[in-house]
Amino acid sequence: MKARTCWNAVCTVEDLVPESGIAVWTEDGPVAVFYLPHRLPALFAISHTDPFSGANVLARGITGDLKGEPVVASPLYKQHFNLITGVCLEDDSVRVKTYAVLLDGNRIVLETADKQREAVAA
Amino acid sequence: MSKKTLIVIGNGMVGHHFLEQFVASPEAAEYEILVFGEEKQLAYDRVHLSEYFTGSTHADLAMGTADWYTGQGIKLQLNEPVTALERDQRMVTTPKGNYGYDELVLATGSFPFVPPIEGREHPHCFVYRTLDDLDAIRASAQDGKSGVVVGGGLLGLEAANALRSLGLQAHVVEFAPRLMPVQLDTDGGALLRHKIEELGVQVHTEKATTDIVEGENARLRMNFNDGSHLETDLIVFSAGIRPQDALARASGLEVGERGGIVVNDQCTTSDPHIHAIGECALWDQRIFGLVAPGYTMARTLASVLNSDRNAAFTGADMSTKLKLLGVDVGSIGDAHGQTPGARNIRFNDEQAGHYRRMVISADGKTLLGAILVGDNSHYDTLLQYALNGIALPSNPETLILPEGQGGAPTLGPDALPETASICSCHNVTKGDICGVIDAGCSDLAGVKAETKASTGCGGCTALLKNVVDNELEKRGVAVSKDLCEHFPYSRQDLFHLVKVNGIRTFRTLISQHGKGQGCDICKPVVGSILATCWNEHILATDHVPLQDTNDTFMANMQKNGTYSIVPRIPGGEITPDKLIVLGEVAKEYDLYTKITGGQRVDLFGATLSELPEIWEKLIAAGFETGHAYGKSLRTVKSCVGSTWCRYGVQDSVGMAIHLENRYKGLRAPHKVKMAVSGCTRECAEAQSKDFGVIATENGWNLYVCGNGGMRPRHADLFATDLSDEELIRTIDRVVMFYVRTADRLQRTSVWMENLEGGLDYLKKVILEDSLGICAELEEHMNGIADTYQCEWKTAVEDPEKRKRFREFVNLPEQKDPVQQWTTERGQRRPVLESA
Repeated sequence: MKARTCWNAVCTVEDLVPESGIAVWTEDGPVAVFYLPHRLPALFAISHTDPFSGANVLARGITGDLKGEPVVASPLYKQHFNLITGVCLEDDSVRVKTYAVLLDGNRIVLETADKQREAVAA
Repeated sequence: MSKKTLIVIGNGMVGHHFLEQFVASPEAAEYEILVFGEEKQLAYDRVHLSEYFTGSTHADLAMGTADWYTGQGIKLQLNEPVTALERDQRMVTTPKGNYGYDELVLATGSFPFVPPIEGREHPHCFVYRTLDDLDAIRASAQDGKSGVVVGGGLLGLEAANALRSLGLQAHVVEFAPRLMPVQLDTDGGALLRHKIEELGVQVHTEKATTDIVEGENARLRMNFNDGSHLETDLIVFSAGIRPQDALARASGLEVGERGGIVVNDQCTTSDPHIHAIGECALWDQRIFGLVAPGYTMARTLASVLNSDRNAAFTGADMSTKLKLLGVDVGSIGDAHGQTPGARNIRFNDEQAGHYRRMVISADGKTLLGAILVGDNSHYDTLLQYALNGIALPSNPETLILPEGQGGAPTLGPDALPETASICSCHNVTKGDICGVIDAGCSDLAGVKAETKASTGCGGCTALLKNVVDNELEKRGVAVSKDLCEHFPYSRQDLFHLVKVNGIRTFRTLISQHGKGQGCDICKPVVGSILATCWNEHILATDHVPLQDTNDTFMANMQKNGTYSIVPRIPGGEITPDKLIVLGEVAKEYDLYTKITGGQRVDLFGATLSELPEIWEKLIAAGFETGHAYGKSLRTVKSCVGSTWCRYGVQDSVGMAIHLENRYKGLRAPHKVKMAVSGCTRECAEAQSKDFGVIATENGWNLYVCGNGGMRPRHADLFATDLSDEELIRTIDRVVMFYVRTADRLQRTSVWMENLEGGLDYLKKVILEDSLGICAELEEHMNGIADTYQCEWKTAVEDPEKRKRFREFVNLPEQKDPVQQWTTERGQRRPVLESA
């Protein structure tokens, strides 16, 4: 059975930085949202936590593309993460969580696990 | 069948090299190998011994590791001298027991010769050979002011340099009328003397010490045969070496009249089961006191033990190229012209401090020897002519005349025969290099790994690169200089494109000259180039996404995602009031506080959202950003200079502040460090910086392209006795030339090493304006200095820019839960656990 999820507004378009990332706090913990205006779709969301250091820093990495795939480089040890799949390019056994993200009017909405409803269901 | 036993006595460079060669050979499987070392440390690099005083440890100098020995099945017994050798029973004795052998290798090296001078046993008299010797010298130097080296040869001058690096006033006392009497002639020796005296080392020639007694003003007094004397706190004897042949002598092996274990071409002694290699061995009545011939003997013996009938040691080239106290000295072949009929060509430029002498055969066709002082750039070419007997050009004098005096014909790698020795330490010929390239090696690193070329003394680095590049080019291998998959250009190309086409954004550059969206390689490079060219704020909207996180947030990210802050403290000078502000801010935000190596204060543990608040306070107190996060000028370190110091000859602090304020904020391919010392004692360690300035009585000496850190490099003396204005102008030019032409993340030291033509070329460009670009370089630097802005000041004043410093944009109060803290030595530090 698919886990219950919900969509939450996390910030507005004004908060985004073109070609870069910002961090938001969600029920699921810290999430990095990237805005790459030259791609379609232009929004990507992955966990903000760098799996190699445990620090919450991925939104502060440099974005770009490698072989056409959108990536962010961890600012600590420089591993690249695919923004669509979350897979680490240097070590494909490592993967960060990815989130569906949409533009709803002026708001950025993110799909995360619905902790409250899960709790009720349990 | 049980294995035979091979015992090696001596664990020095040559002994170690022999083991490396032997264990890689088939015969190694037949032997148990047992090694005895007298010293307590594993074999280390004695050639670079003086680096022990400038930061290298035994581990840095070590030739191998204990693990390597274990892995090869070699039993290594250090700190265990062999005291007796019983040839009849094929047995050696140590304080710990008796050991039988089938084959024995003596690699016992040499010991320093101490002339029989009365008083030489004084506790502050030393020799210079082992790490223990150096430890003892260092201990003695701690409360001494001066030191004397007895012996002005190669090793003696190394020792003098070591004393100097310990902060002593160094003296060299030589019996002969000149320094390095074996390698140099009168003119060469005189020039070398002049140069090292300029560096503050006192040279005393034609002095024979009669006795050493208690001193009046120092610990010791040396009396000389001419009635003069010298007072000093310690003495280092470096008056030559003697082969360590005591064991061989006691056991009745044939030894030379003046010492040395007699060996034949197979490095075997008068006992067929005993062999000797390195400085203890006497071959053809000669002792070889250099490492390269020792290595050749080691290789020969390894082959001999593998029953290679052709293996033979046939003598070795004793040519040497070295830098003594920063002065180039080279000596090739028959340097003194002792071959009958030999003729000389000499070039002596007292102005520039260059001396070159060629010794040519009677028929004028071949080069027999050469002497170089002050500039070794001709060494490689001359050595190849001499070693390979290559026919000299009809105007051989052009080989040593300065360029531009009729065009010196350089000997391109193509002119070298296949047999030409490129690396004499590891005996690698041009043919060997071609061989590994044909077998698939396609770059310099590969050739080095495959052949070991240039991994010994490193003297052949430039020549090796030339040969490899030339061979690769001949085979049509294009060496890719592309920055990354987005730009088919080098950093230098991109700089040119940006500058010439007036490009001001990354987007324009990549759409016109690249492809894709960019990456973490090209974006910061372009960001840096744009900053250098146009000097716009690095947080201008177009530039934000180009920067590494440290540049974006203008602080240094630490392992837990927090940042450290380094305010600029120009020249390391700070008022008590400002120091109090730093303390107050650190206290308020509970920042871990540490003094940096660059005379500043580093404040650790600030969160993203705290950064602008902290900087508001620092700016209000008059601080500016220190650019510790940027590929740009970090600090200009200084000593206190003539204002306070009784030795200082110029105001080093004033100059350091001036330099720091001029170059702060300039974006470069990598970080840039500078230092200013107020006198030749060099307390600011300027010679380890990208730009080092040392005060003289007449102005400033400028050193360039030094480096500390991972790959230390002494800076090269670039210009002397400059006025304040000349100094600034020269640095302006070099800095801008570096910024324009260096590769990504290339420090000035590596940039210089890769610059075709090296130091001489750089001098021509900067001091003689050979490219006609100096006016433009100066103008560019002036423009940057004029448009400087403190990035933090601009950032805290701009609400849009401040928005970037929110930890979580939707929950400003949310603390980052992974940042856990504990207390250590009275300060806060992160709990070190990663997920």
